[in-house]
Amino acid sequence: MLTLNVNGEDRSVEVPEDMPLLWVLRDVIGLTGTKFGCGIAQCGACTVHVDGQAVRSCVLPVGELGDAKITTVEAIGATPEGKKIQDAWLAVEVVQCGYCQTGQVMSAAALLRHNPQPTDEDIDAAMSGNICRCGTYVRIRQAIHQAATGKPVAEQTIAYNLQKGPAQ
Amino acid sequence: MTLPIPDVAQPSRRALLQTGGGFALAFFLGVGSARATISARPQPGDAELAAREGATFAPNALIRIDREGPVRLVMPNVEMGQGVYTTEAMLLAEELDVGLDQVIVQHAPPIDALYGTPLLKSQTTGGSTTVRANWMILREAGAVARAMLISAAAEQWGVPAAECVTKAGVVKHAASGRSATYNELAEAAARQQTPEKVGLKDPKDFKLVGKPMRRIDSPSKVDGSAIFGIDIRVPDMQVAYVITCPTAGGTLKSVKEDEARKQPGVKDVIRLPHGVAVTAPNYWAAKKAAEALEIEWDHGPNVDFSTEGLFKALDEASRTGKALVARSDGPLDRKGKTIEAVYQHPILAHAPMEPLNAVVHVRPDACEIWVGSQVPTRAVGAAAKLTGLPEDKIILHNQYLGGGFGRRLEVDSVELAVNIAKQVPYPVKMIWSREHDIRHDIPRTAYLDRVSAVVDDEGYPVVWKDRTCGASVPKRWAPQMLRKDGFDADLTECSDELSYDIPAFHVEWVPHDMPEAIPIGWWRGVGPTHNIFKVEGFVDELAHAAGKDPVEFRRKMLTKNPRPLSVLNKAAEAIGWGEKLPPRVGRGVAFASPFGSHVCAIAEVEVSPRGVIRIRRGVAAIDCGPVMNPNTVEAQIQGGLIFGWTMALFNEITFEKGAVKQSNFHDYRMMRLNETPPIEVHIVKNEGPIGGMGEVGTAIAAPALANAVFAATGVRLRRLPLDPRLLADPKAGAA
Ligand code: FES
Ligand code: FES
Repeated sequence: MLTLNVNGEDRSVEVPEDMPLLWVLRDVIGLTGTKFGCGIAQCGACTVHVDGQAVRSCVLPVGELGDAKITTVEAIGATPEGKKIQDAWLAVEVVQCGYCQTGQVMSAAALLRHNPQPTDEDIDAAMSGNICRCGTYVRIRQAIHQAATGKPVAEQTIAYNLQKGPAQ
Repeated sequence: MTLPIPDVAQPSRRALLQTGGGFALAFFLGVGSARATISARPQPGDAELAAREGATFAPNALIRIDREGPVRLVMPNVEMGQGVYTTEAMLLAEELDVGLDQVIVQHAPPIDALYGTPLLKSQTTGGSTTVRANWMILREAGAVARAMLISAAAEQWGVPAAECVTKAGVVKHAASGRSATYNELAEAAARQQTPEKVGLKDPKDFKLVGKPMRRIDSPSKVDGSAIFGIDIRVPDMQVAYVITCPTAGGTLKSVKEDEARKQPGVKDVIRLPHGVAVTAPNYWAAKKAAEALEIEWDHGPNVDFSTEGLFKALDEASRTGKALVARSDGPLDRKGKTIEAVYQHPILAHAPMEPLNAVVHVRPDACEIWVGSQVPTRAVGAAAKLTGLPEDKIILHNQYLGGGFGRRLEVDSVELAVNIAKQVPYPVKMIWSREHDIRHDIPRTAYLDRVSAVVDDEGYPVVWKDRTCGASVPKRWAPQMLRKDGFDADLTECSDELSYDIPAFHVEWVPHDMPEAIPIGWWRGVGPTHNIFKVEGFVDELAHAAGKDPVEFRRKMLTKNPRPLSVLNKAAEAIGWGEKLPPRVGRGVAFASPFGSHVCAIAEVEVSPRGVIRIRRGVAAIDCGPVMNPNTVEAQIQGGLIFGWTMALFNEITFEKGAVKQSNFHDYRMMRLNETPPIEVHIVKNEGPIGGMGEVGTAIAAPALANAVFAATGVRLRRLPLDPRLLADPKAGAA
């Protein structure tokens, strides 16, 4: 029995120590916002924060976590950087299929936490581990700048409307 | 993608129905029902479906208005990133006169007759057809609902309907000062006659259509609450990890499962014709156990199949094989200087970000499926066949797709999941590893194209000949799409009709099939992605052979074609075409008219002394006729270009000894953020016929890039992916 601190809550899980955090989150705890894309630390879809650092949860055995604090996308909106990033993501309309986006948001939020005013080179370095098959990179860059500066970097022409997802 | 429109109607079929709450009831739609597509008005089966969904007012299969709560819009197509839920909601809401903040959308159940796309005659999302096919129907569907709400109000108030107006979900009568919300009117509206004719808004009065609207699905995809197929969890579910014979078509000879059985959590080891699956409570446990299996394969008939051999065979077939002619007209016997070239296109994997998966529960009396599919009714048909259950006992819940790109136009993964689930009593969530996803794709096939031109004294083509060689997708996927002699229009889409003024054309296709065990599939941009690379590469070659500027050369051949000419001019102007550039920097232009749209892309690249290509800038101009959502147009062009440039720079699936060599993103590379240039998208306004969007950027990407590489280096690469080894600077020595 292992105890993990996930999004501020202690969770006891009955899993082998070599099980990657990704599968504990998705299949055991039931937090499915963290995605599986490659399983070998190549795509970033599984990015979560461990003590504020962006890590690839698909290659992180839970046995190594100890009492580290794990934050997933489900709770990142409660942090100032996470909120800024999510708001900018919506303002710039980054999302296409959306599958990579939770990982992108987590990488971007970690970047902003450590570097509140990232340059293009900083963004390159922090975000090049996150693949987006839909190719949303141009807007990801814009959204990070916007989150950092609070100012629209591209002309904001997207009309505002309240959004709701499909009824599940 | 443009799938050629089938020239025979598909037979009508039974369909099945599913409601939001997981409660399902199936019924038959009238056999022989004439139309298998969406409609603005009620069709057989509508009323039952609406009743199952508990709708108060359901004027058609697309709109539900209840006594309270938001308007529910049923999405006939699937959302895979292209923004179609937002666009379809905009079209319905526009004529219904509600804001996007007053609606929610829901995935449609799989019923061809209610939700089929007219251009494809089935409930299929693909071919960049959705908006082209549906936009007027969706508008009319909204208008029908609005008219019925107005007549309900007019009746209640005893006033003429013509005096009532609507705004944001409310009907008003100014003279009497009365008003009522759509919710309040729902019950009475349901009793009104469906109007035979309704007026549609004048486009200048549009409140939503044509405006840059936010996507309906974004918030849930940013906070992690959106549910994709892979996120489905149902009670008692086990996860299945599959190992399939690496050699295409190979079969399972034997499997020793003792070690696997000892792994923690393992539930069942399931034998399949071509592989083995292990089930366990989670993916990790299933994977660990599966990896402990000792499997012996019978590698089957394809052990000698290789990419190298395939290209040799394509080359041979294209010289000696019998061709099917797409078109042959004009004075083909003109003599003059002749220029020839051979272009080659690799096998490609789709690699959608969400690996293929499906949740299936086979019970004695029914089979329930949760999956994100571009072809939900096909999936139902496949499951019915495998389970022996009638189609009305297959309950399919469609989900958000983490990318489609044509991969989810196939149902092989659903079939595999059903074959696993059939052998156990519990629900199974099958998830493919990325390795499985890439190695067992239904890939885009390889092509070899011979193209030639006779040019006049100024270097302009007067005879154009193109012979493509490769395999056909519809031959398996939808044989009814083929011409009677077997000709497949996908092979020459965007190569048999050019906007350029060329007097004589001969375009043909030499079929060369892939091995039976390697079915091939649709891939974003389909025929145009294949053909435009060659056409626009070759036009560039002709321009250089003529000593003319590539933009000027194209302009001259487009003088009679104002729509194409205007996008070419826009893109050239936007990038500042003609500026002097540093050494080893070059710009390449490509123009085409795929999917009913007109597009021009210009790429600017820098090629390092060692041959590494860096894209510095991208500009595109697009005329897609009436624009639904400019936000989506820009996103689709940017993303489509990146998808196409990824292909051109990195992507090739190679077979050796019948097996795919690549396995994951380290050897099947994707462009990354640090490799992505700024991409400007310019929309050229035009009221002309509406064009598709989802694949346009991908189809135009590669030729612009390859032409830019030529401009930067003087090296013409005619084979994708572009090989940097051929681009090293000879002057740079060992740099
Ligand atoms: S799933 Fe972890 S990096 Fe791809
Ligand atoms: S939005 Fe589809 S993979 Fe990034």
